[in-house]
Amino acid sequence: MTSRRLFCTSLAVLTTLGLLSATASHAEERFITVSSTTSTEQSGLFSHLLPIFEKTSGIKVRVVALGTGQALDLARRGDADVVFVHDKSAEEKFVAEGFGVKRQEVMYNDFIVAGPKSDPAKAAGKDILEGLRRIEAAQAPFVSRGDKSGTHAAELRYWKAANVDLDKAKGAWYRDTGSGMGPALNTAASMNAYILADRGTWLAFKNRGELGIVVEGDTRLFNQYGVILVNPAKHPHVKQADGQKFIDWVVSEAGQKSIADYKIGGEQLFFPNAAKP
Amino acid sequence: MPEFSESLLAAWYLLTDANARLIDVVLLSLRVSLTAAMIACLIGMPIGALLAVGRFPGRRALIVLFNGLMGLPPVVVGLLVYLLLSRAGPLGSFGLLFSPAAMVIAQAVLVTPIVAALTRQTIADSWLEFREQLRSLGASRTRAAATLLWDGRFSLSTAALAGFGRAIAEVGAVMIVGGNIDGVTRVMTTTIALETSKGDLPLALGLGLILITVVLAVNAAAYLLRQWAERRWG
Amino acid sequence: MSVPTKIPAAAATAWLHLEQLGLQAGSTCIIDAATLTLAAQRTVVLGPNGAGKSSLLRLIHGLLRPTGGQLIWPQQLTQAMVFQRPVMLRTTALENVIYGLRLQGHNAPECRQRAAAALDKVGLSAIAQRPARLLSGGEQQRVALARAWAREPALLILDEPTASLDPASAREVERIITEIANAGTRLLMTTHNLGQARRIAEEIVFIDHGRIVEQSAADLFFTLPQSNAAQCFLKEETP
Repeated sequence: MTSRRLFCTSLAVLTTLGLLSATASHAEERFITVSSTTSTEQSGLFSHLLPIFEKTSGIKVRVVALGTGQALDLARRGDADVVFVHDKSAEEKFVAEGFGVKRQEVMYNDFIVAGPKSDPAKAAGKDILEGLRRIEAAQAPFVSRGDKSGTHAAELRYWKAANVDLDKAKGAWYRDTGSGMGPALNTAASMNAYILADRGTWLAFKNRGELGIVVEGDTRLFNQYGVILVNPAKHPHVKQADGQKFIDWVVSEAGQKSIADYKIGGEQLFFPNAAKP
Repeated sequence: MPEFSESLLAAWYLLTDANARLIDVVLLSLRVSLTAAMIACLIGMPIGALLAVGRFPGRRALIVLFNGLMGLPPVVVGLLVYLLLSRAGPLGSFGLLFSPAAMVIAQAVLVTPIVAALTRQTIADSWLEFREQLRSLGASRTRAAATLLWDGRFSLSTAALAGFGRAIAEVGAVMIVGGNIDGVTRVMTTTIALETSKGDLPLALGLGLILITVVLAVNAAAYLLRQWAERRWG
Repeated sequence: MSVPTKIPAAAATAWLHLEQLGLQAGSTCIIDAATLTLAAQRTVVLGPNGAGKSSLLRLIHGLLRPTGGQLIWPQQLTQAMVFQRPVMLRTTALENVIYGLRLQGHNAPECRQRAAAALDKVGLSAIAQRPARLLSGGEQQRVALARAWAREPALLILDEPTASLDPASAREVERIITEIANAGTRLLMTTHNLGQARRIAEEIVFIDHGRIVEQSAADLFFTLPQSNAAQCFLKEETP
């Protein structure tokens, strides 16, 4: 049966071709893998920043955007060359465990509390801790990321600082969503709930519904980003040279200026604050 | 619903504007899922045929297993393949994680049981019809399985399509093993997930409409092929 | 053109013994301890519906495994079987015949040549390249006969080969069966058509309720049936 042989052969050839094209399409490229947070990706910072770096260096940057906790775990397994996240204590632990070479500060943005414009909990103001206390007191719906991200970690720190014991205070008003910043904002918008968000994602977020900014401007809301090269001593395949080039560029004058240049609706999202070399 | 008309508009705009990046995303989706579906057919169809025709210990258990695996959650498959392909995993040295190849592997794993189970059903039906004739001609069970696979090639397109449809529509597995890297592993479903995260619902829905259109087009083509084949071969 | 094989040296040489052959499905007895010696070149099995004719043929062909007794073949006979409803693969008529030959292990050119010859003998050369499933019932049955015949069986088993055909097709199929028998192949068949049985059979085996009731030369059976059951059967079936 020749038609049969033809059929089977072409099926096998097609599969091989598909597999080859799937594998080989980017294999030639010089690239590094950066595990980062949803805030940097979804705020659009990376799509502004990376082309500039790629142009000057010829190195492509592949970004895997996750919560800070997951991003660090990914790097612990050796699946990234560089981490670019925002949870200082988790980052320091990562370096102390030997998974990272050195933590360098890059920039900060700030958190805001978004909530219903009618503000039923009367949480509006500059004081984050007072705002949270009022939300808890009013039992007003509050959406938490609950995903071990940097933002989640920050939220938990604020509750603690506000002397609200979440374990006891948790009730129907406190919604643990276990999702990224965007999905959590979607949930908050549809429930008309309060939420702690990073300003970048908030500004880029389009489905706000009745939500507006309730608390902002507290210095305690500043959110520091750090960048770390994954330790080649732990994971020998880490692209040390190219990864270091990326880090060097991000903290360089040119890199810092590019960060400052990124604006949404005329508003600057990230404020470079790397140590001068 | 203003959102719906807005997303129709967004879809239309995306299609007519047809920017290169969107085309890349659509093509990558097709390439990954078609390859995965073909691999699933190459593995799943012989398995399904042997399960339908064969007589060996453990056959019933395997049938139940494959039927059950049809409902395999994509995230679980993604996680398993991630752990395999991760640098710290057993296949880490190949450096496949966060590549289209990894997505192909994950989708093939996800879809193979579907293809196998549906193939088994189809072949079991034709085995009822052909059984005596094939045994009379002296065909071994393996040979009979091969013959029926070939004979049922057009009705089996349904199994292949079910596999492809599941592959191109899933997001959980490719998100984990592909990483949704812009320009490298970003496919239609992960783009939709991302745009939903960013709260750009019209754009997400518009992309969804494109995805549906693509899937419909593939199904229509397969349907026409099958119609033609039935008229041609009976 | 290769002519199907040899005429048995003596027609009376037994080619199959059934020893207490039984077939039981659950508690139902389908064939009840059949003991029988087949020696005629053209044997027709008759009996009322549900008597076990088809099962007997399938036991002999090896499609069913007996639950008791045994089949004794004095010499190895290559067999082929044609069923009431022809089963065609979704390919051309020619490829269907070739498929049967490939399974016998012939090489491709030989298969092609023998298949073409067999189709020629059943008068279907002109439609060899047509999709087999789109042929009429009669044509499909002739392809099935060609598929069986091409394998040059020493024994051809036919289970009601004309039962689902229109009269014209049935006649054509019967002509081909007779031709195959004339070329020396042993026939073992069942039919509902007594005229057909009369025209083809040398010997009749009559079964009723799974038991062999009578075995006699065809002339004798139709003129002077020995058993009551056969007498009733002939009376009912004869118009």
